[in-house]
Amino acid sequence: MNVLLCSLIVLIVSGVFAFSLNRCVKFANGMGAAGAVTACVVGLGALFAVYNNPTAAVFSIPWAIPCGSFSLGADALSAVFLFPVFLLSALSALYGFDYLKHYYGKKNIGAAWLFYNLLVASMALVIMARNAILFLSAWEMMSVSSCFLVLFEGEKRDVARAGLIYLVATHIGTLFLLVMFILLGKESGSWDFAAWQGTRAGFGPSLIFLCALIGFGTKSGFVPMHIWLPEAHPAAPSHVSALMSGVMIKTGIYGLLRIMTFLGMPCAWWGYLLIAIGSLSGILGVLFALAQSDFKRLLAYSSIENIGIILMGIGLGVVGLSVQNSFLMVMGFAGGLLHVVNHAFFKGLLFLGAGAVYHETGTRKMDLLGGLLKKMPITGFCFLVGAAAICGLPPLNGFVSEFLVYYASFKSISGSTSLVFAAVGIITSLALIGGLAAACFTKAFGIIFLGETRTACGQNAHEAGVFMRLSMVILAVACIVIGLSAPLFIGVFARIIADVSGSPLSLIQLCLMEAGPPLISVVVMAVCLFIVVVLTVLLRRSFLSGRVITRFPTWDCGYARPDPRMQYTASSFAQPVVDFFKGVLRTQKQAVKITRYFPDSPSFKTETTDLFSETVFRPMLRSMRRFTGKLTWLQHGKLQFYILYIVFALVALFIWKL
Amino acid sequence: MTMWVDFIIVAVLLLDLMMLSSSRIRNCIQIAAVQGTLVGLMPLFVESHPGALSPVVASFFSIFLKGVVFPWLLFRALREANIRKEVEPIGGYPLSLLMGVVMFAMGFWLSKRLLYPDPFVPALGAPVSFATFFTGVFLIISRMKAITQVIGYLILENGIYLFGAVFLGGQSLLVELAILLDIFAAVFVMGITIFHINREFDHIDTQKLSELKDIITSK
Repeated sequence: MNVLLCSLIVLIVSGVFAFSLNRCVKFANGMGAAGAVTACVVGLGALFAVYNNPTAAVFSIPWAIPCGSFSLGADALSAVFLFPVFLLSALSALYGFDYLKHYYGKKNIGAAWLFYNLLVASMALVIMARNAILFLSAWEMMSVSSCFLVLFEGEKRDVARAGLIYLVATHIGTLFLLVMFILLGKESGSWDFAAWQGTRAGFGPSLIFLCALIGFGTKSGFVPMHIWLPEAHPAAPSHVSALMSGVMIKTGIYGLLRIMTFLGMPCAWWGYLLIAIGSLSGILGVLFALAQSDFKRLLAYSSIENIGIILMGIGLGVVGLSVQNSFLMVMGFAGGLLHVVNHAFFKGLLFLGAGAVYHETGTRKMDLLGGLLKKMPITGFCFLVGAAAICGLPPLNGFVSEFLVYYASFKSISGSTSLVFAAVGIITSLALIGGLAAACFTKAFGIIFLGETRTACGQNAHEAGVFMRLSMVILAVACIVIGLSAPLFIGVFARIIADVSGSPLSLIQLCLMEAGPPLISVVVMAVCLFIVVVLTVLLRRSFLSGRVITRFPTWDCGYARPDPRMQYTASSFAQPVVDFFKGVLRTQKQAVKITRYFPDSPSFKTETTDLFSETVFRPMLRSMRRFTGKLTWLQHGKLQFYILYIVFALVALFIWKL
Repeated sequence: MTMWVDFIIVAVLLLDLMMLSSSRIRNCIQIAAVQGTLVGLMPLFVESHPGALSPVVASFFSIFLKGVVFPWLLFRALREANIRKEVEPIGGYPLSLLMGVVMFAMGFWLSKRLLYPDPFVPALGAPVSFATFFTGVFLIISRMKAITQVIGYLILENGIYLFGAVFLGGQSLLVELAILLDIFAAVFVMGITIFHINREFDHIDTQKLSELKDIITSK
């Protein structure tokens, strides 16, 4: 525990140093990145000790804040969330060191590192906090520091708007968390997590669960509380987007799981609700991702999709726990939690890759890019690995976690009616999500990296800096390694699931063992696939050896004068699927109708706005604005009357209490 | 001794009413100074608890601040900011006086509902304290100039001090002194601010500060 505390202190101190030494920009950049990397590596080292001996990982000192105590702890559940936090933070910091060089003299680099390191420290603190006040403070620190990072390029109008939306949304979430903690604290009379253990009866737990679902769901981006996510994540610098999308939104999942350990035996409908929200988030997330033309926005929507998959896994686990089907419980939780770790890796990787592209080309519009694989081969290949992983293709890590959820669902098809209903729902939505995700990332990779350069944006692109490449390669390797070594480490989840469910460890280990054989067969198949690919490549090379190879531009197709504009665009690639789901997506098309053989100025534009922000939140906010607009006469700016209000309030309170 | 206490209490009430009716800032500062000196004398006449702060020290401090330092600071602000002599009330002086009576009545009503630890207290103590408190608040609300708000603040504090001195004996004096120090800092800062507002805007009318507000209400 002391080591973990040290790493937190290193993070904060190095951030403050970087901020105060901002005048020497190179030093600030190096200091911030080095501090973050060191602290995270130290933290990673400490995690193994924590996992093996969770009882020792406790730290508590009294705190002057009412009801607060500075108590930290780390059990296996904390460890599984801290692991991606530290790993991805270290790699993103490494990446950020190169990425921010571009902004020397234009931006406040020291402040960016201060908030980055604060964000990492507060995420770790959220996961380790064992007191409600400490948790909420860390939670707020996390929200505010990430908001400042989103506003890195705050002079742009849409970035400022994104920051505002994020700030408002995250505080609405915090409001529900506050209510939830008050409900929990009122019942037991203490704000320490340790006092909340134990079963409760009646209506209370369900109410607390719903508050947690809304509060944490806003941070995690459950549909329909996700509207801030596609705005804020693209606006942030890419290493921050990677961190926010990869691990920050998972703190919501962590919070939900942590709170559920206080509520005793869960009701079955909680699990069904989680599954429903999960499949809704997954399908809508990937659909909207498919329709986007901004690649960072696409990745942000895809985060919503993956949060949906995580939720489905956890929902299955909760259902399994409540109907006492231990196999279902173990597989569900294992799938969900593994996907938490996996998503951190491949989404981090994809955002870092996207950042490298943005860094080189200066645009986030896919339709302006193309052919970058030839200019940025390493970035392109890493992006490809991430894209394949996120689609859940074997032998990469995304497949393993989705496989566990599938496996649990197929096994429960012989259960009770409601369980069958849920299982079939999960299987169909996972299949739909997988297919759409494949289409979505084929589009992203194909349009950005394949074909020919479409505009001047990509003309001068070259490979990203060495640290940027290094962190991407490490993440890509991690995706492959996790995919191939799944049967070896799946046993690690036993203790974590024991923490979440309170079931005996031996039973969980027994269930996890059952997943071993199919996982091994998956790995064997993957290795076979790999061998086939290698053999094919060798075969091709041997066939081609000694022959003259002529290279033509992509999409040459025998045209007399091929032009980059003849290529598929992002919207034309996605058009069949987008049209099929047009009832949900409501993509707006603006086209100048072509009437003559040689049109003068044809144009075509598609835009897909968010369903919920357009149909739910905008009308709601509009009516709220109309209502509050009627109260502006109270807000006139006359000092005397403000004091009068205060006096009225004080006198009213005084008389009421008398 | 009780006679003196009653005398001070009645004098404080009369000074409140005078304050409400006076139209000159110079007068207002003088009245606030006299009232501050009178309530500052209060600890000398009430029975103090054993072990409390010496009443003489407390008296000295509060009289020194309220009777000498604050008036001096305010007069200085008045001179340097070159403020016009009138207090510019919202409403008018008759209305202010009427409000003074209403506030006194309200003080009576409130004091009837309080429970006192000691039954032998001056009958007028609580009502006049409340009335003074409300007068201070009323001055803050109803006078345009920033400097009259400082004066209102001082009157408000006099009300609190009177209440503490009459009902809590010496116990509250330590707290009172702490508040006095705060007020001292506040008056000092306000004196500087008034000067600066005046320099930047050529007036110290707080109503016109609404030009600074950021939310433009829909007209």
